[in-house]
Amino acid sequence: MLAHEFIRNALLVATAIAVASGLIGYFLVLRGQVFAGDALGDVAFTGVLGAAAAGLNLTLGLLVATVAVALLIAVIGGRAPADDVTIGVVLTWVLGLGVLFLDLFNAGAAGGSEGAIAARALFGSLFSLSAAEARTGTMLAIGVAVAIVAIGRPLLFASVDPLVARVAGVPVRLLGALFLVALGVDAAVAAKAIGAVLLLGLLAAPAGAARRLTASPGAGIALSVAIAVACVWIGIALSYEISVLPPGSAVILLSALAYLAASLIAALRHRIGGRGRGAGASGADGRLREAAAGGAVEGGSR
Amino acid sequence: MPMAGAIRWQTALTALEPGDELARRRLGRGAAMSPHLSPDLVSDAQQLLAYTFMVHALIAASIVAVMAAVTGWFMVLRRESFAGHTLSVMAFPGAAAAILAGIPVAFGYFAFSGGAALVIGAGSVRRGRGGGVQAALTGTVQAAALALGFLLLGVYGGLLESPTSLLFGSFLGISATQVVSLAVLAVGVLAFFALVGRPLLFASVDGAVASAHRVPVKALSISFMVVLGLTAAAIAQVTGALLVLALLVAPPATAMQLTPRIGVSLLLSILTALVTVWLGLGLAYFTNYAAGFFITTVAFTIYLAARLIGTLAWRPRREMVGPRPPSKADGLRHASVEG
Repeated sequence: MLAHEFIRNALLVATAIAVASGLIGYFLVLRGQVFAGDALGDVAFTGVLGAAAAGLNLTLGLLVATVAVALLIAVIGGRAPADDVTIGVVLTWVLGLGVLFLDLFNAGAAGGSEGAIAARALFGSLFSLSAAEARTGTMLAIGVAVAIVAIGRPLLFASVDPLVARVAGVPVRLLGALFLVALGVDAAVAAKAIGAVLLLGLLAAPAGAARRLTASPGAGIALSVAIAVACVWIGIALSYEISVLPPGSAVILLSALAYLAASLIAALRHRIGGRGRGAGASGADGRLREAAAGGAVEGGSR
Repeated sequence: MPMAGAIRWQTALTALEPGDELARRRLGRGAAMSPHLSPDLVSDAQQLLAYTFMVHALIAASIVAVMAAVTGWFMVLRRESFAGHTLSVMAFPGAAAAILAGIPVAFGYFAFSGGAALVIGAGSVRRGRGGGVQAALTGTVQAAALALGFLLLGVYGGLLESPTSLLFGSFLGISATQVVSLAVLAVGVLAFFALVGRPLLFASVDGAVASAHRVPVKALSISFMVVLGLTAAAIAQVTGALLVLALLVAPPATAMQLTPRIGVSLLLSILTALVTVWLGLGLAYFTNYAAGFFITTVAFTIYLAARLIGTLAWRPRREMVGPRPPSKADGLRHASVEG
């Protein structure tokens, strides 16, 4: 399997995306911004089609579109808490624009390729990336992962308890904006590989699974990344063996299975533990809060 | 020349088997059809209604708009837009699975959206869970649904190679049977709200107080989720799976920007939804671009305008009352408690 260059390319870029998405996803779930992640994926779809319709460089078009919308969400969300109505209205309009671009592209092209480009933009084309595309994607994804690790500690604090963090001198709004930009870059990279509308699965499922299994932020982040990477590897292998199974779908369905498994484990553990429900959950949140605040204070005193 | 295009289109449609709905849908988008818009509104309307498919589309879209406006109103109030989007997206694997199994597509829509509604609804009533984890479940269901739909399309191959018709819809292939079934469903959905609208409103604005008043909050929220799923499945037949949310979220959000009164707000929501689909379909018919683009753009534009008006109208009071304007939910809370 590894003898094929396209498999090596796919593994390389998908692993980098999985690491970045596992990291981002954990914070996304923690911050209650999963819907924003969904929206940025859809923006990536429209970005691909817009660039294709205008005949521009796809990677550049994508990056510009997702980062611009990420900043827009950051600016709107900076004053009020994330508003699902605003995101919902903008998200569908962006998708509608994508449909227009699809029509325009179709009118410009010889025809017949409309379905193909839409399918590639929506569901990714992991196995048909060029070596150059794979390299750019990998570097961008690694950059995102490094950036998240670098701002991880204050970001965790700002996510868990924004008020206290602000008082402690953490630049909460700046961190939120940086985080969304990182998400935008991740969405742009993942749109080509995993698929614009499937990225959501890689963001939400491993992180959700990790959150169900552990309350400790360090272990949770590590678990989220590990699950994402495992899903990507197994998914690519499965897709290679089963020709009808598209790689993006394989990865996302595995992530969903991982989430299901984690929920079952959590439920089982809960039954064995047999203690009060509400107490367990709020206790977990409390521990998270303590860990975040403690970590930030340590980081500051160092 | 314009007529020639329309006639070509019409023959393409009639040449198909009556049951071959998906082929119709595929033909529907991007097919040549070039009527022309004139200042004469009567002539425009005559052109719009000249073809059966357009009459079907307009009726179906109107039915769906009313359902969307009412169900969406409660969805916006309950802040469940993300769940609404996910339930809409379920229509995609639903339709793909139905085609694969050789059963009518509508069954697939309703089965999948209804099933997902139960999963999400059951997940959301569990206590002791943060909103983030609930959103992670919703997001996982959504992405898995899209992945499954794409996989099923690959398994089927052939006609369905392109996912665009299912995802972005085609209002042009709606049959008379479909219109009737949508109407029946709409009556059911409206009856649901007529029956439990008031307790649902109470439970939505203040779950804790409603619980204390022995309102069955859990049962209400699961059954609402199922109604949302069925509505989404119905809308998906007109707009396509990915664009359902435009009709579910924008008209109610528009109405809530403009008035805190429940009855007025619901009526305004219905009116906005109807105007959105009529304008959207009309523009698509006359310009030959995708209806999905026009419907979402009209919805977005109206919402922006309402938001602007809402902001201007609230400003003077904001200075008097304090840092935040009283939210629309506050007005509703008073109204529902009084009621």
